[in-house]
Amino acid sequence: MAILINKNTRVITQGITGKTGQFHTRLCRDYANGISCFVAGVTPGKGGQDFEGIPIFNTVREASDNTGATVSVIYVPAQFAAAAIDEAVEADLDLVICITEGIPVRDMIRTRNKMCNKKTVLIGPNCPGVITPDEIKIGIMPGHIHKKGRIGVVSRSGTLTYEAVGQLMEQGLGQSTCVGIGGDPVGGFKHIDVMKMFNEDPDTDAVIMVGEIGGTDEEDCARWVRSHMAKPVVGFIAGVTAPPGKRMGHAGAIISGGKGTAQEKLAVMEECGIKITRNPAEMGKLVKSVL
Amino acid sequence: MKIHEYQAKAILRKYGIATPDGVPCFSVDEAVDAARVLGGQSWVVKAQIHAGGRGKGGGVKVAKSVDAVKQFAEKILGMRLVTHQTGPEGRLVKRLLIEKGADIRKEFYVAMVVDRASQRAALVASSEGGTEIEEVAATTPQKIQKTIVDPTSGLTDQDADAVARNIGIPEAAVSQARDSLTGLYKAFDETDASLAEINPLVLTGNNRVLALDAKMNFDDNALYRHPDIAAMRDLDEEDPAEIEASKYDLSYISLDGNIGCLVNGAGLAMATMDITKLFGGSPANFLDVGGGASTEKVTEAFKIMLKNPKVNAVLVNIFGGIMKCDVIAEGIVSAVKQMHLNVPLVVRLEGTNVDAGKRILAESGLPIISATNMADAARKVVAAANRT
Repeated sequence: MAILINKNTRVITQGITGKTGQFHTRLCRDYANGISCFVAGVTPGKGGQDFEGIPIFNTVREASDNTGATVSVIYVPAQFAAAAIDEAVEADLDLVICITEGIPVRDMIRTRNKMCNKKTVLIGPNCPGVITPDEIKIGIMPGHIHKKGRIGVVSRSGTLTYEAVGQLMEQGLGQSTCVGIGGDPVGGFKHIDVMKMFNEDPDTDAVIMVGEIGGTDEEDCARWVRSHMAKPVVGFIAGVTAPPGKRMGHAGAIISGGKGTAQEKLAVMEECGIKITRNPAEMGKLVKSVL
Repeated sequence: MKIHEYQAKAILRKYGIATPDGVPCFSVDEAVDAARVLGGQSWVVKAQIHAGGRGKGGGVKVAKSVDAVKQFAEKILGMRLVTHQTGPEGRLVKRLLIEKGADIRKEFYVAMVVDRASQRAALVASSEGGTEIEEVAATTPQKIQKTIVDPTSGLTDQDADAVARNIGIPEAAVSQARDSLTGLYKAFDETDASLAEINPLVLTGNNRVLALDAKMNFDDNALYRHPDIAAMRDLDEEDPAEIEASKYDLSYISLDGNIGCLVNGAGLAMATMDITKLFGGSPANFLDVGGGASTEKVTEAFKIMLKNPKVNAVLVNIFGGIMKCDVIAEGIVSAVKQMHLNVPLVVRLEGTNVDAGKRILAESGLPIISATNMADAARKVVAAANRT
């Protein structure tokens, strides 16, 4: 089962002919069932060509109609990425995973507004993607560090997610699905949305949520967990030592107006019954301890 | 990106927002000339730095004569202005804004921000202008009003009127306040701002609405489509190390400690700082080398980090995904050799090609302290920093 994606998912790569698109499409295709999953690419003006056997279409609609794909992954450059999401939404895809980093917030506000009353789910932008280990990987995470199992992972960051996965593996714990939701202030799924799916997923026994400073997404998720979550949740928040007013890499990772501190988030999470650690080297052990 | 008050006011004026008449000045003579040209009975001499709290720090003075303008300009230009936002070292004042004094009856707060919860822009307004909005939010949150703006319609006249009346703008000034608020939204939206704040927005004796102070920040990711705004960047206001880092697409922020941290990925970089602190150390910087670091990039990262004289130990923490550990290891070896590194270096490598990476470090003959995981790395670097 897992969540969001599995071996039966069929994927369109938007921006398949760019350097990043080519590089990651190869790696995704070579992972688990990738050869059957990655069925189409889109690059306007290059329809009719192919990328190493994967047919290229001019539009997402054509790609979807011709291959039956219902999910897309976006590697399009930042200036054009919001329009690429719009196109996927217009084509009524089920899920769009936007890897692109550096999309202007103003563009994302408009794109999110266009998504109202549409069925498409957005993950990202500025995220590593989603992986259901040993079935399918959509994104830029290293596939080989993962293994199929029963722990759900949701995180705003990239390499810190890999770190969490690495620690799970040390404990002999595989993952049901790992979702990188991205670090931008305006985007798609938040912690809470992914948490709800893990709660419903019979293949997930426990969830680790990895957050960072900025915004209140982790707090919102924690409050939902307190009253609805039937499975144990553990958490870590990066940035206890981050100074206020400084953007820590991600556009969203900033403490402003005294809001969004790691301490505050950790306090709320703890209050809501989430097991937290302030030591990022203990994430894996903590998950093991709640099983 | 941040800009100065006088630059923000120039943008806001283009969008129909009234401000006091003023002239930016770079010398005392210019300040005196500006006061004469502006005329009137009183002037305000305002230090232009990218930090708030200037008034409390002594960077804003009201002058009742041209002589007083001269005296204040002499005092403020060249001073190290310390505010709660500058840190104890303060900021050197190189620019002034000379403005005509205003007849202030009441002060309000208005600002456009990005509201993460609604995924839209929001107008934040309060009857309590002048003070720190954080303070108002903490003590009297009911006095802050948030209006979410629909991106398709923009801030409507009706919304603007409601906000104006709600914060206590008198009827006679509502129509001008409406233009100011809708102008503020347009300025925010069309320039890709991340913040457009007027604090205070004042009501004058003749019921005019004026932006007495203004602050605008911009979305770095959108600057490519605003060359005019990008040109307003004042490098004097930024940390030279951060500017140098941005040239190589490295994300670097100076901190107070003594342990240099070099990490791939922002979240992992923050976590590395956190664990260093947790084990009793103090990070000297945040440094994210990004997902696709080359040997050259790693070398530059080392150079920038080691320019800080306080650094007496270095922690490299890499979880290789797309970035291969062997490539990073080669970068580290080359940087250490080039720089004749003379502080202890702890390296933790994990992920793609980790064995090859570790072998390169071991065979380099360099005194690199290898760590097996994050905790081990933090423990070792803190111990090394305490020894030196």
